[in-house]
Amino acid sequence: MTDLELKKTAVEVRKGILTAVHAAKSGHPGGSLSAAEIFTFLYFEEMQNLDPKNPKKADRDRFVLSKGHTAPGLYSTLAQKGYFPKEDLETLRHIGSYLQGHPDMKHIPGVDMSSGSLGQGISAAVGMALSAKIFHDSFRVYTLLGDGELDEGQVWEASMFAGAKKLDNLCVIVDNNNLQIDGAVTDVNDPYPIDKKFEAFNFHVINVEDGNDFDQLRAAFAEARATKGMTTAIIAKTVKGKGVSYMENSVGWHGKAPNDEEYATAMEELRKAGEELG
Amino acid sequence: MAETKEMKKIATRESYGHALVELGKEHEDIVVLDADLAAATKTAMFKKEFPERHVDCGIAECNMIGIAAGIAATGRVPFASSFAMFAAGRAFEQVRNSVGYPHLNVKIGATHAGISVGEDGATHQCNEDIALMRTIPGMVVINPSDDVEARAAVRAAYEYQGPVYLRFGRLAVPVINDRPDYRFELGKGIVLREGKDLTIFATGLEVSESLAAAELLAADGIQAKVVNIHTIKPLDEELVISAAKETGKVVTVEEHSVIGGLGSAICDVLSEKCPTPVKKLGVQDVFGESGPAVKLLEKYRLDAKGIYQDIRAWL
Repeated sequence: MTDLELKKTAVEVRKGILTAVHAAKSGHPGGSLSAAEIFTFLYFEEMQNLDPKNPKKADRDRFVLSKGHTAPGLYSTLAQKGYFPKEDLETLRHIGSYLQGHPDMKHIPGVDMSSGSLGQGISAAVGMALSAKIFHDSFRVYTLLGDGELDEGQVWEASMFAGAKKLDNLCVIVDNNNLQIDGAVTDVNDPYPIDKKFEAFNFHVINVEDGNDFDQLRAAFAEARATKGMTTAIIAKTVKGKGVSYMENSVGWHGKAPNDEEYATAMEELRKAGEELG
Repeated sequence: MAETKEMKKIATRESYGHALVELGKEHEDIVVLDADLAAATKTAMFKKEFPERHVDCGIAECNMIGIAAGIAATGRVPFASSFAMFAAGRAFEQVRNSVGYPHLNVKIGATHAGISVGEDGATHQCNEDIALMRTIPGMVVINPSDDVEARAAVRAAYEYQGPVYLRFGRLAVPVINDRPDYRFELGKGIVLREGKDLTIFATGLEVSESLAAAELLAADGIQAKVVNIHTIKPLDEELVISAAKETGKVVTVEEHSVIGGLGSAICDVLSEKCPTPVKKLGVQDVFGESGPAVKLLEKYRLDAKGIYQDIRAWL
């Protein structure tokens, strides 16, 4: 896809996030929106051998949403890609819906791993990459973590292992939007320096200054793919709530749904953003 | 310990190691994980035969369980191995959320369960693992009684699609199932002795101790039916109910806390479907301590003599 097509797709992904969370009257828009470009780039450009009609295709690249609470971002992307109908996004978190509050691999087409308990997704991604190494599979594995999630000790257990085993078929992405539920990540339990931490765990680290920019993401993922003998960590600086003016950089929108009026405002902003792209 | 001088004794962790090697020869999709305890859990045997399919995850059990989940998600069959304390205890939430919830085909080989860990003491004596594991929906929980049963259980776990918790011990225990007609069936108890006065449901190393206790009871004219419950979940409800009806009294024996283990599982069934007086023998809501395993079993009244005396007192 061209950058323009990716940008248009990201706008649609954002609309789906808003629609899902609004319909659910709960959920996590902030971290879903901050990662909209990352989700879009992964599913529409980076990941290989995806087939929405055959979501369990053996040779597909895998994605594990370690920051599982941003399921609306993943679901909206999967719907956009054609794994399931976009209309179903409105059933998010509703009783009886397959679109559970956190990713559920048993029931949601395209979800490669159930996740949501922070710190656990990265371990599963490491296991997938390890399995590929042992059995000489060619697929790659991607996992997206929150910067708040780095508080979890399991992240570092998994990182030490990935670094030690030189899992170069694994790419860890940190959505570095600087906010977690209780406030700024530096106020809650400072994870910085994030890049030096991953370097110390023998990762190849790529700092992305603007993780909401497709050019920069394209360069970073190309570098990750080309890196042999080391696991790559992409530390992507993003804006929490990106694309909805009143949600941007606001911790209050970590886990809150917009009311009808706020939803209408957000959708109008996104409609205009799409229009500007032509 | 039971008088079993002529009997061969093997620790079920050894059986686990041997069974993995046997299975590894037959099936290329098995991956064995360990957490820096390969010599103790006996997965080192598998490592020697299949180094490319044995992975040491280091002292990081939570990550190991997650790795196992990831491996299972790619269609291979991981056996994640550590001490029961760490596999079921430390990594409980990883087992619940990364393995149980997605019902992934992960096998957990937990060795050094119960107080028979011995000298390492309370921090390493897991008397809570059966309770923890059986609360997870869809989790199979197996606690084999000897070498023959442990090897069969590992094979059955491989053949079963879904998460399985296998409980093994450190202490060498008598081989009691070495007979031509022995058959391991997941979820089916095995009647080892008939008796009309009470039923003893035992699991793990307490099966041989209970058989010996039944001999002592018989000398007093009390006939105990002895049932080996190797699969605690799913429990053989039919057998539990029929034996309870037949004998009218039930004793449960386990090297595990009396809270949440075999005794509780049996009470859950009987209280609803066949109210019967039950005496639960096991670790009585206390921590263990250091000491030789055999002495500990004696002190905590989990040897044949203690079981016999406690049953006499209860009757």
